[in-house]
Amino acid sequence: MNSGAISPIDPTPTDWSGDLMQKRIKKRYAAERRFKALGLGAILLSAGFLLFLLVVMVGNGFRGFTQTELPVEVDFPALTGGAQPGQFEGPNAEARLRSLGVQDIVNGSIEVQYGNDGTDLFSAGAWTTVQASILKNPSILTEKTTFYLPVESELDVAYKGTGNPEIEKKISELGDRLSTGFNSNFMSNSDATDPMQVGIWGAFKGSLITMLITLALAFPIGVSAALYLEEYAPKNRYTDLIEVSINNLAAVPSIIFGLLGLAVFLNIFGLPRSAALVGGLTLALMTMPVIVISGRNAVKSVPPSIREAALGIGASPIQVVFHHVLPLALPGILTGTIIGMARALGETAPLLMIGMRAFIAKPPDGITDPSTVLPVQIFLWSDEVNRGFVEKTSAAIIVLLAFLLTMNAVAIYLRNRFETRW
Amino acid sequence: MTTTALLVLVIGLGCVAWFFGRVKASGFVSAGEKRGTIHSLPSYHGWYVALWAAVPATVFLIIWNIVSPGLITDAALASPVAQQLPTDSFSRGSILAEARSIASGDQVKAFNPLSETMVEPYRTAISYYQTLGMAAAILLVFACGVFAWLRVKPDLRARTKVERITMITLLLASLIAIITTVGIFISLIFESARFFSMVSPIDFLFGTEWNPKSVAGSRGESGFGAIPLFWGTVFIGAIIAMLVAIPFGLMSAIYLTQYAPSQLRAWMKPILEVLAGIPTVVYGYFAALTVAPALRDLAVSIGISGASSESALAAGVVMGIMIIPFVSSMADDSIAAVPSAMRDGSLAMGATKSETIKKVLIPAALPGVVGGVLLAVSRAIGETMIVVMAAGLAANMTANPFSSVTTVTTQIVKLLTGDQEFDSPKTLAAFALGLVLFIVTLLLNLIALRVVKKYREAYE
Repeated sequence: MNSGAISPIDPTPTDWSGDLMQKRIKKRYAAERRFKALGLGAILLSAGFLLFLLVVMVGNGFRGFTQTELPVEVDFPALTGGAQPGQFEGPNAEARLRSLGVQDIVNGSIEVQYGNDGTDLFSAGAWTTVQASILKNPSILTEKTTFYLPVESELDVAYKGTGNPEIEKKISELGDRLSTGFNSNFMSNSDATDPMQVGIWGAFKGSLITMLITLALAFPIGVSAALYLEEYAPKNRYTDLIEVSINNLAAVPSIIFGLLGLAVFLNIFGLPRSAALVGGLTLALMTMPVIVISGRNAVKSVPPSIREAALGIGASPIQVVFHHVLPLALPGILTGTIIGMARALGETAPLLMIGMRAFIAKPPDGITDPSTVLPVQIFLWSDEVNRGFVEKTSAAIIVLLAFLLTMNAVAIYLRNRFETRW
Repeated sequence: MTTTALLVLVIGLGCVAWFFGRVKASGFVSAGEKRGTIHSLPSYHGWYVALWAAVPATVFLIIWNIVSPGLITDAALASPVAQQLPTDSFSRGSILAEARSIASGDQVKAFNPLSETMVEPYRTAISYYQTLGMAAAILLVFACGVFAWLRVKPDLRARTKVERITMITLLLASLIAIITTVGIFISLIFESARFFSMVSPIDFLFGTEWNPKSVAGSRGESGFGAIPLFWGTVFIGAIIAMLVAIPFGLMSAIYLTQYAPSQLRAWMKPILEVLAGIPTVVYGYFAALTVAPALRDLAVSIGISGASSESALAAGVVMGIMIIPFVSSMADDSIAAVPSAMRDGSLAMGATKSETIKKVLIPAALPGVVGGVLLAVSRAIGETMIVVMAAGLAANMTANPFSSVTTVTTQIVKLLTGDQEFDSPKTLAAFALGLVLFIVTLLLNLIALRVVKKYREAYE
């Protein structure tokens, strides 16, 4: 190395075509290529991870939307003693149907067709499928009808994938009587102890109500705060304080907001536990700083000439902001709001703190009813030991991700479509 | 009528008031008033009347909602039936609560026969005060509305008044951030103070045994030593996660800003954003279901002892992947902020691109990158769901990444989701842990923001 060193006092020009220099250049270029490949590798690995995650979730999850079924023929005219379809129409149909004893009728038919232990093959709530179809169409009571009823969870898992030898034997016995159908329960039911009967509707509705409360609180407050700080606030110590606390709130761990909700909303205000109201309030406090920060950026990007023109023709400062600045900044504010809401929708930890982890088998009807939300439902199912819950958890994750991706896509679309570059 | 319905009614009446105010003000011009002599546009007069009509009644309703339960209880207790109630406050309170929920229709049957007797007085009191509140609210709407309507005159400065209210509303909205911060601080300090009155802060901060029980034992063996938790948090969030996130995030940012063709950049940036938008519970499930078992099998196959299915490594690696987009976008910003003259100068001297990056851009952007990493660390140690689902609950002090460790956030969740008795040191410990977490993340954020700001100023 030293022999060919380029020293500043060496008067002879560098011999670029010489062996030594060529070797050095080659080495430097090789380093350059390595570095570039490293960068490409890093980004491809990151993207590859995302792909891997999605593939695992979809691979596990799509089975959650299907169920394994066995046909059961129910001879209604013989078993119900000639019940008339007309009895089961109108408002009290469900109560009258209960007195008919659908469960016994279905179990009886199963025992006739699959032997005395036949009911063990089926999910414990299988008869509700029959009840639901009678309610939908009472005229089936006049004839023999074949229903495809969900089998019990272990059999279901084994049929879709692998099970222990005992169950595999059962499957080969049943042969092609087993079939796969669409799991309509999954979209319409709520939480249950039997994985064949669980659904996400309850959690989905809970998420929807919680998000509405969050939006109704965080959006007006966030936009007002952004307008005040950006347009009117005098530059002094108090506004600095507001600014610092907003920036800090945006970075406070979400679980701390949960502790705040627990200490203030539940213990001091005495609001009901695990209610969508408390969840919405807590998430609103968390989302508000995000909206304020993005709102301020959107308001800042409206050029001053707009304000000056409006002031020049006699608008008051409030009119300038509400008639001109706000409409122009709105797309940017909405983008930030959607991103903040997407974050709130996926949030789990603060909701666990305010007791939203109870087993709730019924969708909430109001903002103070006990409810759960999608991410918490995913967390609860992931804790279940029953193998049937694995695919249900992944299926719920697919629904949640689909929702979030749609929200993000809308945000990106809004940003590209309406954002003006001044 | 419920309070919600009443509130809707008040707002509806406010809309009616707006209409009346506006109509009266629009009449000024046709009544021969010259345009120049009218101070405000008709709609401002409308707003003026509407605000007068709705705001005092709304405020009244909110106050009434807080005050009236007490008044109702007093009235019910004043009834002759109340004489036979037991005197100790606990059973008395439960009887009253039961009677109240029956009277308001939330409950059908009483468990205690005494409550049954209290239902009637309660029902009378509730209906009396509800009617009173409703009448007062509606009266207030009309009185204030008519008062404002009578004041609508051509020279009324309606716009100025409405704008002042708007301004005050905006100011109040921006104060909510301060109230929240103060609320977090006070509630954490208040509950922690109760905890520290039972367990000494020294034991808590420097103890090495974490085994919380409902009742604090004698000092020194209470099992509230949080050092294993702090170690687990640092091990997962600041060491393993950063070992993944910093190289990947930094290299992604470098590649995207310096090398990538614009087509690739346009695709990769949203993909990284998606990675950042995936809920943590999904990452947690992924870590627990896929990554952790794979890592355990790996550890067993290379003969590492103490491998568990809940490992620090699984949680840390997945958390690191979650943080990649964050580090990447922070690094992206700081590299973009380096003046291009520095980069061009280096390239002009004959340095290759990678030499320029390594010797010029990264050193120049270092403060920004460090600030970004500090923010990432503060995010990682506050992250909850991944560690709850994948890191386990055993409070080990170990540097073996394949064994299970626990973190501050995991323990907060565990302590607060068991059986809840709010006064036990076990639940209060969660608030003390929360306080530590809050202070540490706050300090990290303040330092990081200062570093980033200083660095930005240096190049502006």
